[in-house]
Amino acid sequence: MAKANRLTTFGNDLYTGKRSFNFVGGRKKWYTIVAVLLLLSVLVPILRGVNFSIEFRGGSQFQIAGVENAEEQPAIDAVESVVPDATAHVTIVGSDGIRVQTDQLEQADSRAVTTALAEAYGVPESEVTSSFIGPSWGADVTRQALVGLVAFMLLAAVIMALYFRTWKMSLAAILALIADLVATVGIYAALGLEISPAATIGILTILAYSLYDTVVVFDKIRENTAEDGQESRRTFAESVNLAVNQTLVRSINTSVVAALPVAAILFLGAGVLGADTLRDISLALLIGILVGTWSTVFLAAPLYSQLREGEPEIRRHDQKVLKERERAGAPSAEVLPTA
Amino acid sequence: MAAPSKRSSRPTPVRKAWRSLTWLGVIIALLFGINAAGVIWGGGSWTPKLALDLEGGTQIILAPKVETGADVSQEQLDQAVSIIRQRVDASGVAESEINTEGDNVVVRIPGELDDQTRDRIEQSAKLELRAVLLADAATNTAVSPTESPSPTDPAEELESTPTVEPTDGSDPAWITPALQDQFDNFDCAALDDTSTNVAPADEPLVTCDRERAAKYLLGPVEASGENIVDATNGMVQTQTGASTGQWAVNIVFDEEGTQDFTEVSTRLFGLQGQTPRDQFAFVLDGAVLTAPSMNAAITDGRPQITGQFTQETSKALADQLKFGALPISFTVQSSDTISPTLGTSQLQSGLIAGLIGLILVVIYTIFQYRALASVTIASLVIAGIITYLMITILSWREGYRLSLAGIAGLIVAIGFTADSFIIYFERVRDELRDGRQLVSAVEAGWKRAFRTVLASKATNLLAAIVLFVLAVGSVKGFAYTLGLTTIIDVVVVILFTHPMLQLLAQTKFFSSGNPWSGLDPEALGAVYRGRAEFRKPAAVTAKKAASSAKEAQRRQTIAERKAAAMVGAGDTSNDGKDS
Repeated sequence: MAKANRLTTFGNDLYTGKRSFNFVGGRKKWYTIVAVLLLLSVLVPILRGVNFSIEFRGGSQFQIAGVENAEEQPAIDAVESVVPDATAHVTIVGSDGIRVQTDQLEQADSRAVTTALAEAYGVPESEVTSSFIGPSWGADVTRQALVGLVAFMLLAAVIMALYFRTWKMSLAAILALIADLVATVGIYAALGLEISPAATIGILTILAYSLYDTVVVFDKIRENTAEDGQESRRTFAESVNLAVNQTLVRSINTSVVAALPVAAILFLGAGVLGADTLRDISLALLIGILVGTWSTVFLAAPLYSQLREGEPEIRRHDQKVLKERERAGAPSAEVLPTA
Repeated sequence: MAAPSKRSSRPTPVRKAWRSLTWLGVIIALLFGINAAGVIWGGGSWTPKLALDLEGGTQIILAPKVETGADVSQEQLDQAVSIIRQRVDASGVAESEINTEGDNVVVRIPGELDDQTRDRIEQSAKLELRAVLLADAATNTAVSPTESPSPTDPAEELESTPTVEPTDGSDPAWITPALQDQFDNFDCAALDDTSTNVAPADEPLVTCDRERAAKYLLGPVEASGENIVDATNGMVQTQTGASTGQWAVNIVFDEEGTQDFTEVSTRLFGLQGQTPRDQFAFVLDGAVLTAPSMNAAITDGRPQITGQFTQETSKALADQLKFGALPISFTVQSSDTISPTLGTSQLQSGLIAGLIGLILVVIYTIFQYRALASVTIASLVIAGIITYLMITILSWREGYRLSLAGIAGLIVAIGFTADSFIIYFERVRDELRDGRQLVSAVEAGWKRAFRTVLASKATNLLAAIVLFVLAVGSVKGFAYTLGLTTIIDVVVVILFTHPMLQLLAQTKFFSSGNPWSGLDPEALGAVYRGRAEFRKPAAVTAKKAASSAKEAQRRQTIAERKAAAMVGAGDTSNDGKDS
C-alpha cells in the first residue's frame, strides 16, 4: 500500500465502506445548508442589486487595444468633445486596454467618437472597436435562453425517468439542478460581476454538467439498490449512501478535471482586453461545476432516498434489516436515516 | 504500438481492440481525406474559418420592426436577406455573410466597413422613377479599373450646368457636355463603386441596368418607391377578360404617385417613337431594374409593365417594386466593429487558456492515474485531432465559424472529455478491488462504465441540441462545439480508450500490477480485503443469478459483508468529518 497515493487509498476505504460519509443520513443538516445557501443566493442579489452588462442595458461601447498611455481622462475628453452631455464610463483593462461605455449614441456620433478616441490615444481608427447594442438584444437572448432552459428540463426529466425507470430519480435530479442554477446565478451576482450573454452561456452549460454528474452517481445508486434487492442487509438509505461514497473519488476527480481548464480560462480571461466572453463563461462555469458536483452528493442523492423510503416495499425491507440487526446484537447506534 | 505478446491466450478482447482501432484509423483517415479533397478541389482550408470576434470585422444585427402581435414570415426574411446581400455585394465587399437568426437578420462583414456600405445595409433601399434621356449598350470594354471614369475629371473642363433651363424631366437640355462625356465613358463595371451611381433627386443620373447590359442617362426623379402602394404579377388580360398568356407586372400608385405618373406618362406617350426618350426607368439602389417604354397615357395610377417576362421574373420585379426593396423594415439591434488586433489577441488568449488547461489536466491525471494517464492523454490528443478536422470540414461545408464562445466550448470540453475516461478507470479499479484479474476487470469495468458514459453524455448532447435549436448568437456557437465534442468523446472512448486499455492489460507492466501502472491491485486494496475475509460468492448468487451479471453479485457479497462489519465498527466515521 506504500505506493498508493492518498486519494486512491481514500477511494479504497470508501469503496469497501471502511470509511463512509453519511450523506443520506445527515440530510437534515445538508438540506439546511442548501436552504440557507439558496436563500442567500436569492437575497444577496436582490439587496445588492444585479449588474447587467451593456448587452442588456443597451448602449455604445468602444474598446482600444495596445495603447501606450492607458489613462482614463483622454477618453472622457474625447467623448465629451463629440457628445457633451454623455457620461462615459472608462475602464482600463489589463495594462494597455481601454474600454469606454456610453449611452446609446447615434450612428454619426458613434463614428465621431471612434475618430476622437483614435486621435486621443494615437492609434489608427481601425484599432478602435465599437459596438452599438440596442436594449432589446440582451432581452432577446435571455428569453431564448429561458425557453431553452425549460425545454431542456422537461425533456431531460422524461428521458431520465425512462432511463432509470423511476420518475423519482428524475425529480430528485431536476430539483438539484434547479438548486444549482439558483446558487450559481446567486454566487455570480453576489460577486458583483455583470451578467452578460457570455455568463448566460456559462450558466446554461451548467445544465449539461450538473445533470451529467447526477446521472453518473445515480447510475451507481441504481446499480447498487437494484442488485441488492431483498437480499441486502443494508437499508435502502444505506445502499444509496454507499453508492455515493463509492463514486466520491470519481466525483472529486471529474470535478477537478472539469474545473482545471475552466480555471485556466478564468485566469487568462481576467487580464486580457476583450476576453470578457471567456472570463464570464468560465466564472459561471467554475461556480457551476463546483456547485453541481456537490449538489449531487448532498442534495440529489438524499432527496432520492427520501422519495423512495416511503414506498411500502422498501419500508418493509428496511424494517426487516433493522430487526435482523437488533437480533444479531449489533448496537442500535446505526440510526436509520429516516428521522 | 507493440503487438500484444499473448495474442493466442486471449484472442477475443485483443482482436476486438485492434478492430476498433482500425475503425478509428479509418475514420480519421476519412476525415483527413475529405479535408484534403476540400483544400485541393473545393476551396476548403486546413484551418477553420474564424468568426468576427476573432478575425476582426463588422457585425450588424437587424431586428424586424413589426407591429406588436404581427409575425414575420420566413419568406419575408429570406427576401430581406437576399436583397441585403445584393446591396452588400454591390458595394464590392467580398466574403460577406448574411443570414437569419431567429427573426433577426445578421450581417457579417470582414474588415472595415465604410459609411456608404453601412448606410446601404441599414437603410431601406430607394426606388426611383426617372425618365430616360439616353440609352446605349453597355461598354464593358477592358478599361483597367484604376482608370474608371471619375465623374469629376471631365466635368472640370466641360460645361456641367445646362445652358437652357430644362422644362421637364425628359428635356434633352439636361444633357450637358459633361454628362454626355460621362455617359460615353461610363463603364458598367464601375457600378460597384458606391460613389458613381448616386445622384440627388433633382439631378440626372448616369447608371446601368442590373445585368450591366445597357447604360442609361436618366432625368431627375419623377416619382419614388414610397408612392407605390402595390405591385403584383399576373397574366395580361384582354378587355373581355381572356388571358393572353403573357406575364405582366401591375403597379398601383397612391394619390401623389398617380398624379406624378399621369404627368410623366402623358409626356412620355407624346414622345412615342423617339426611343429612348419614351422610356422610363425604375431605379433601385442606383441601378436600373427595368426601363419599359410608355404605350399609353396612364391616368388612373395603375400602370402595367409588359415585356419578356416569365412568371418568376415578373414576380421578382413585382416584389422589388412593391417593397421598395425590403419586405419589412428593420432597426439596428446591435452593431459591432472589432479591430483585427483585438480579434487576434482574443484568439491568442483563448488558445493559451486551452493549452494551460490541457497541461493542468495532464498533470492531474498523471498524479492520479500514473502510467494510465498516458491513455487519457493519447485519447485527448485523438479527440483533439478529430475535433479539429470536424470543425475545419464544417467550416468549409456548412459555413461554421469558430467564435470565442466556441473556443470556450472546446476548452471546457477538454475537462468533460477527460471525465468519461475517469468514469471508466474508476470502474476498472472497482473491479480490481473485487479481486479480478486485470484483463477481466477491464472488460467488466467497461460494460458498466459504457452504460454510464452513454447515459451521461446523452444528457450533455440533449442540452447542446436544445440550446442550439432555441438559442441565438453566441450561445449557438457554444452549443455547437459542446454537442460536437460530446459525440467525438463517445466515439473516442469506444474506439480508442477502451481498445487501448484492452491492449495494455495484456502487457506485463500493467497486468502484473506495477505500482506505477495506476492499476496496482495491492494499492487498490484488493489483496488486503482478500486477506480480511474469505470470499464466498456461491452462497448468495444462487438466488439471484437470473437477473444480474455474475461480477456484480460477487462484488455485492463483499460489500454486504463489509456493511455488516461496518455496523459496529464503521459507525464512528459516519459523521462525515473524517479526512
